[in-house]
Amino acid sequence: MKYLCLIYEDEKLWEKLPKEESDAIMGEYNTFTEDIGKSGHLVGGEALQPTATATTVRVRNGKVSTTDGPFAETKEQLGGYYLLEAKDLNDAIQVAARIPSVRTGSVEVRPIMDFSQQ
Amino acid sequence: MEDTASHARDTIDALYRSDSRRVLATLIRLLGDFDLAEEGLHDAFAAALEKWPADGVPANPLAWLISTGRFKAVDPVRRRARLDAKLASLAERFDYVAEAAQDLSQDEVEDDRLRLIFTCCHPALSPDARIALTLREVCGLTTEQVAHAFLTPAPTLAQRIVRAKTKIRDARIPYEIPSRSDLPARLDSVLHVVYLVFNEGYLASSGSSLTRPDLAAEAIRLGQLIVELLGEPEAVGLLALMLLHDARSAARTSESGELVLLEDQDRSLWNRARIDEGVALVESALASRRFGPYTLQAAIAAVHAEASDAADTDWTQIVALYDVLLRIDESPVVALNRAAAIAMRDGPNRGLELIDAILADGSLADYHPAHAARADLCRRLGRTSEAIVAYERALSLTTQEPERRYLSYRLRQLRDRLSGEA
Repeated sequence: MKYLCLIYEDEKLWEKLPKEESDAIMGEYNTFTEDIGKSGHLVGGEALQPTATATTVRVRNGKVSTTDGPFAETKEQLGGYYLLEAKDLNDAIQVAARIPSVRTGSVEVRPIMDFSQQ
Repeated sequence: MEDTASHARDTIDALYRSDSRRVLATLIRLLGDFDLAEEGLHDAFAAALEKWPADGVPANPLAWLISTGRFKAVDPVRRRARLDAKLASLAERFDYVAEAAQDLSQDEVEDDRLRLIFTCCHPALSPDARIALTLREVCGLTTEQVAHAFLTPAPTLAQRIVRAKTKIRDARIPYEIPSRSDLPARLDSVLHVVYLVFNEGYLASSGSSLTRPDLAAEAIRLGQLIVELLGEPEAVGLLALMLLHDARSAARTSESGELVLLEDQDRSLWNRARIDEGVALVESALASRRFGPYTLQAAIAAVHAEASDAADTDWTQIVALYDVLLRIDESPVVALNRAAAIAMRDGPNRGLELIDAILADGSLADYHPAHAARADLCRRLGRTSEAIVAYERALSLTTQEPERRYLSYRLRQLRDRLSGEA
């Protein structure tokens, strides 16, 4: 079964971090990604550019409107994701608990809907 | 013949009470679905009522019920009618189920009960849902009974249970006993559910009656089951805590339903057998050296239980236990209880200083016991007008009738004292 792990954290923390610390965290991410690749959990994953680069798009009454940034100001922002293949929720939680950002931010674990089972 | 029939019906009644949760727990594992398992359970008992009076009770009634429940649930006609959509994935399971039900060991049946408890108390479910699901699936209460006990409308509660079951299915919360590394955290979640159920029964957070004994009794039964299945020290500690509190229940209210504080209770009304059982459990939990906050709270309750009155209580030991408790659970509520114990050991002045410091921190500003404790110490110190303000604040914060009557009684007493002085 597939689960999407959405990684939320305060993106300002990254800006403030000295280079050697952010390098260390990036190193942890590389090791983690490699590990879950070997264990067969990794389906995909990416890091996102900060929310300052985001654009929100809506269509209302047939008209496209685009606005700057995400539509809500929150303390933590979506900063990246992993798509996992896991045996069950406990398995997915165990993997999610090893994502480096989980120590400062939070990870939302969402099961992927499987339309073939409906 | 009539004897055989009535014997069979009695056996079925007794089995339903003692073993229906076991049958359910195993059916959930075999069928992989809560709702199917519940239907299977009811069908199995209905079939027993039909067959056993005439044919006699089978040699292994539990295995008979499980395999009948399994068979009924997979009955092809019903399967087609109700489960068209899920058919493909379920069909596969059923072949496996047919084999599994045949060689079912006692250990496996007991493990299934633990699987059920851990699944119902899974931390991925909301706390409310964990309680509702546990009472319904593990304890066998009906939705209406759970709703009544928590003063919640039945449809709300039913909705909560449906949502929880949907999450178990769709997020695939596994039906398993946690691994050794996960066990401490997962057990915490289970014990917390039991503790909340007990508190709701014992302290009845709102309403006119002080205790709702059915919930307290359910929580104790649940605690006993977990101890029996798992034997972890903190589970033992929690069971001890519940027994020691429950032992005082007859003394907690007066004949007219008024609240009686610990120091004023008639200790001859305490249930000695329960206390002995609780004390023995605390001792075994403490001896394990792997205990936690429930065991420490139970140890405090045990010190109270062993004292003949409030003055005779070993307050030094109680304060020492609170010190340890505060180290592992740095909550303001624990700090408040510790302050009350210090007031008993060193006098109300010292206790009041501590309580004022805790209140100044702000997190207990709306917690009525904090204001009631402050009021109590002010009253003892003869600081009447301060006591009145604190009792008024406590009164405005509690919805529980007996508490309100107690606080109002104290207020009247102090106002009379003030007008007498004037």
